[in-house]
Amino acid sequence: MTESRSSSPAEYTWPERGHRRLIGKRLSRVDGPAKVSGKATYTYDVHRPGMLYGKILRSPYAHARIKSIDTSRAERMPGVKAVHIIQGPGTEIFWAGDEIVAVAAVDEPTAEDAIRSIRVEYEILPHLVIDTDPQRAGDMAKPTAEEIVGDPDAAFRQAEVVVEGVYGLPVITHCCLESHGLVAEWEDEENLLVHISTQAVSSIPNQMARPLGIPAGNIRVKMDHIGGGFGSKFSPDRWGIVAARLSKLAGGRPVKIMLERDAELMVAGARPSAYGRIKVGAKKDGTLLAWESTSWGTGGMGGGGRPPLPYIFEIPNQRKQHTAIMNHMGSARAWRAPNHPQACLLTMAALEDLAAELEMDPLDLFLKNIELTGRRAEIYRQELQIAADLIGWKTHWHPRGDQSHGPMKRGLGLAIHTWGGRGHASNCDLTIHPDGSVEIKLASQDLGTGTRTGITIVAAETLGLPMDRIKVMIGDSRYPASGPSGGSTTIGGVSSATRRAALDALDQLFAKVAPALNARPEDLEAVQGRIRVKGDPGRSMSWEQACATLGGMPLTVRGRNPGPGNLTSSGVGGVQMADVSVDVETGVVRINKMVAVQDCGLIIDMKTAESQCYGAMIMGIGYALYEEKIMDQLTGRMLNPNMEFYKLAGLGDVGELIVHMMTGPGYDERGVIGLGEPPVISPGAAISNAVANAIGVRVPFLPLTPDRVLEALHKKGGHHATH
Amino acid sequence: MRDRRPSDERAASLSRREFLKISGLSLSLPVVTDFRVMRVAGAEVKIFGPGKVPVTLNINGKAYTAHLEPRVTLLEALREEFHLTGAKRVCDRGTCGACTVLMDGKPVYSCSVLAIDAQGRSITTVEGLMKDGRLHPIQQAFIDNDAQQCGFCTPGFVVACKAFLDKNPHPTPEDVRKGLGGNFCRCGTYMGIRAAVLQAAHMQKGGASHD
Amino acid sequence: MRPIEYASPRTKEQAVRLLASTWGETAVLAGGTDLLSLLKDDVIAPRRLVNIKEIEELRGIAFDPRKGLRLGALVTIEELLDDPRVRQHYSALAEAAEGIRSPQIRNMGTVGGDLCQRPRCWYFRAGFGLLARDAQGRSLVLHGDNRYHAILGNEGPAYFVSPSSLAPPLIAYEARLRLFGPGGTREMPVQAFFRIPQSEEEREHDLRPNEIVTEILIPPPRGEASATYEVRQREALDWPLATASVALQMDGDRVTAARIVMGHVAPIPWLSPEAAQTLVNKTITEDVAQAAGEAAVRRARSLGRNGYKIQLARVAVKRAILRAVQGGAR
Repeated sequence: MTESRSSSPAEYTWPERGHRRLIGKRLSRVDGPAKVSGKATYTYDVHRPGMLYGKILRSPYAHARIKSIDTSRAERMPGVKAVHIIQGPGTEIFWAGDEIVAVAAVDEPTAEDAIRSIRVEYEILPHLVIDTDPQRAGDMAKPTAEEIVGDPDAAFRQAEVVVEGVYGLPVITHCCLESHGLVAEWEDEENLLVHISTQAVSSIPNQMARPLGIPAGNIRVKMDHIGGGFGSKFSPDRWGIVAARLSKLAGGRPVKIMLERDAELMVAGARPSAYGRIKVGAKKDGTLLAWESTSWGTGGMGGGGRPPLPYIFEIPNQRKQHTAIMNHMGSARAWRAPNHPQACLLTMAALEDLAAELEMDPLDLFLKNIELTGRRAEIYRQELQIAADLIGWKTHWHPRGDQSHGPMKRGLGLAIHTWGGRGHASNCDLTIHPDGSVEIKLASQDLGTGTRTGITIVAAETLGLPMDRIKVMIGDSRYPASGPSGGSTTIGGVSSATRRAALDALDQLFAKVAPALNARPEDLEAVQGRIRVKGDPGRSMSWEQACATLGGMPLTVRGRNPGPGNLTSSGVGGVQMADVSVDVETGVVRINKMVAVQDCGLIIDMKTAESQCYGAMIMGIGYALYEEKIMDQLTGRMLNPNMEFYKLAGLGDVGELIVHMMTGPGYDERGVIGLGEPPVISPGAAISNAVANAIGVRVPFLPLTPDRVLEALHKKGGHHATH
Repeated sequence: MRDRRPSDERAASLSRREFLKISGLSLSLPVVTDFRVMRVAGAEVKIFGPGKVPVTLNINGKAYTAHLEPRVTLLEALREEFHLTGAKRVCDRGTCGACTVLMDGKPVYSCSVLAIDAQGRSITTVEGLMKDGRLHPIQQAFIDNDAQQCGFCTPGFVVACKAFLDKNPHPTPEDVRKGLGGNFCRCGTYMGIRAAVLQAAHMQKGGASHD
Repeated sequence: MRPIEYASPRTKEQAVRLLASTWGETAVLAGGTDLLSLLKDDVIAPRRLVNIKEIEELRGIAFDPRKGLRLGALVTIEELLDDPRVRQHYSALAEAAEGIRSPQIRNMGTVGGDLCQRPRCWYFRAGFGLLARDAQGRSLVLHGDNRYHAILGNEGPAYFVSPSSLAPPLIAYEARLRLFGPGGTREMPVQAFFRIPQSEEEREHDLRPNEIVTEILIPPPRGEASATYEVRQREALDWPLATASVALQMDGDRVTAARIVMGHVAPIPWLSPEAAQTLVNKTITEDVAQAAGEAAVRRARSLGRNGYKIQLARVAVKRAILRAVQGGAR
């Protein structure tokens, strides 16, 4: 209940367990009322006076050279205020959906008409958009050198059991519900105001400055709310620069460009695919000896990432080789926990197949080899135990292949994951006004993870005030710079900066009021809206009285991360288990239940932390069962750039979900660690393993659609046809 | 061609040439043409557009008028003309539910309704659910159960849940799972939404003030 | 969407006069759930929309035990679902309506619109035409990704699947459909309304550009056991991968006559007399239902990636039959 300290740097700490009034409690997000009432303003909702609507003409071809562009009809159209050729004749285009020409007009219909009137001639060039076979990629395949750890050849000779399999998961998209986009306007010749849907308020100005030829300080970026990012919104993107150019052409009028849904899915975000031929060798008792992987994947022209294989289990002997395939599809972007879901599937599926071959419970196999997970072995051991209890592993698990009668087969599967999550660089200005009001400014952003709420909780806890006394202002690049929200770094960064600012501000306030309370500053504490003398609560004054001693000047204190004291750290472990039913006659997979057990150090807000886990599991169910960016080698296009056939999980599709957060001794003292990425890593692997356990055969590739499930069953032996 | 004299009945079958004359399509003029009248099957029928025509909508109990082309959707009218931005455009193809509003009390995708076609209907948007500055029980339940993350799908979900509860005041969890299949969320807030719907139903059953 | 005119006639006579006699010039607007997508995707670019929702006589559900069920074309899916008489006497129809998992679509979409909606083939929707051919005349479906395409009636040149949810049960009940055009009323079995186009100029419906669907007439219930079973991947709004609707005339435990219609498997709702024949004079058991499923897909063929749908159609038929005799209206 109390907050007291001296100004020694060693004492930048989080309050002890018994002294937390708000931190770690289940608190509602502060912007909930704005969101449920439709009042929360997203970039897409921004209306500026005289605003124009920008639209972009995109290439229908995956690989082509522009021969000619005729924009004359568009330029003559009433209502069209600017036409800008983004990529001119002679330019080579590398994916369908790439930007060619942009227009700005007085309203959307007019802008659409203008786009439709533009004529572009292309020289069509050969393309490659599929990724399942590196052989087909020719010189678009970029193999890396083979990597050897230990002595894999000897280890495989020594192994009593060797399993080999092919696993993979396709390119998926981010499918942010608010598409990428912005409103750009020149306030004068030199100064640009940008409202943009971004995960990186503080770094957008610098990214726009060079292409626009103005100093970063002349660019102001604002964003109140963002409708999803998931790793795809760190850049202003080409269309961001284009909007600024259109605005310039239109005399500075605001120009809004929000991507259409098809463009959003084609070009504004993709997670690289990954496929691998995996061989694992072990002793009969399950001791892992050897790993061999030949993996490949694509992230479009960039070639994609490289999954860290084998995942988490540091098998002593390894041979690994990866090939990045470049192909003609929209480029990959960071997608929540980049490379980890891929690595997790490839590894955990192979290990589960090994367990099946050994006729061993995979939970036992994991526990047998848990020391190979390194310094988090004990955490995983605890988490596996809790998850097993929550899902009823010992009761419901059966050897591979549900032998019960009827077409519905039930199975359990598990996977484990890890992530870093140390707090990023963050600056925070905390101001205490003489009237007692408190405001906090930082150029961060709340992706829906609860950033605003976390900052509010930390400040309120530290100052001994109720949450509604704290005004948090984020989403403006004029505020103190704060890092981009990626890699689960935000909560650690902003909470640490806020904590330091609030502690320092309190120090200064204590110094001001100590004489009036006839006490030393270090003997004061801020509790329940009062400043009082420790151990002598009768000697106190209200927060307002205390703040009045500031006189005419508000007190502003800058808090920073990194900084003194260990307020944030890195490295979490998580376990997930899935309970599924598979209809072996139709191949339809249903999630009965999923359990997530997750640590993330000290939890600021239990409610929004749990929401991160629920949400990640649901997103994971989506890519495990439904999601795939379906590319057509014939036309070079994405066939499902819509939400009808790019399928997200619905409310009825996710079963019963249980989240257990690891808290208390051993966890809390690690400080705050981010949570956005880790729980989204395991679902694909856990669900794939559960399906294999249910139906008795591995479905090698995600998503686990009826065609893939039935094909696996068919290969196993026509099981489906017998019912 | 913009006068309102009934034209010959034969003109009702539309030729491309006539259309171009009427609309100035080749230039796509954003001009207000109001309507013209055609005599068909013994009666006069008004033909609106393709230019802008006056459109009046009853939204949250208030009349709103704008000059819109017939091709403008209800969603675009709400957002761009009337600045009611709670409903969102996400899929824009009648799938995701982010644009859900009530028409005569029933949930519809406003991206798939033309504004001109919504005239004479009673339209309720998420902005119309609050009464006297107080949140509707389903809105409060969304907050209590953290049924939102980024919040972009939230207004559409709130409206869809309100309509669901109006029709199913005492839902079972199974009803909830089956009855809200017309909205999708990317952040994965379904657990909170399910709990929110059941909480709001419970509150309404318990006689807590509502509507 | 391109600029467009809009008219709201009050009678069907006015409506059909406002419609052009050639395709592409005008379009009929009812629920709009499909039409607006087609317009936005520039799959069609008519110059006038004729809104038929002001035509009162196209509304309403009427039921008479001796005359049967009359559905106005403008009856919404939700109205159909909410009608206790539909659920009681025509459970296959109610179950098909239930499969449309979006309350929004059910409130907007109409019975007529369900029958008249256009195929969801992704090549068609991307502007390659109903028959989905490239500039060289090659079928994109045959050479491309056909995972959701037809397994029956797929001799070509059409490979899309009929998207209608209600047509299979309507055909199972031997429903008839009425159209109105400048020449007056035409009436036909619902089954005859659907056809496989043989050229890009043809449509998948026996519908003239200036005709509208006015009503659907379902014969009186004859105590049949009926059901619809859909194989869908998601609980939420999702296109089925295969469906089957069955209507069985029973004499005690014995089937005297049967109608079995599959959806989402062929360019038209696929009536399977072969499957129905296997049931006649039989008592329904798992094996009998299984045999009907086998018969239903005997002529099915994979286009390359859609072979799994043969299995799904087989199972849909089997399960619809079992559901019909086990639950009836559930």
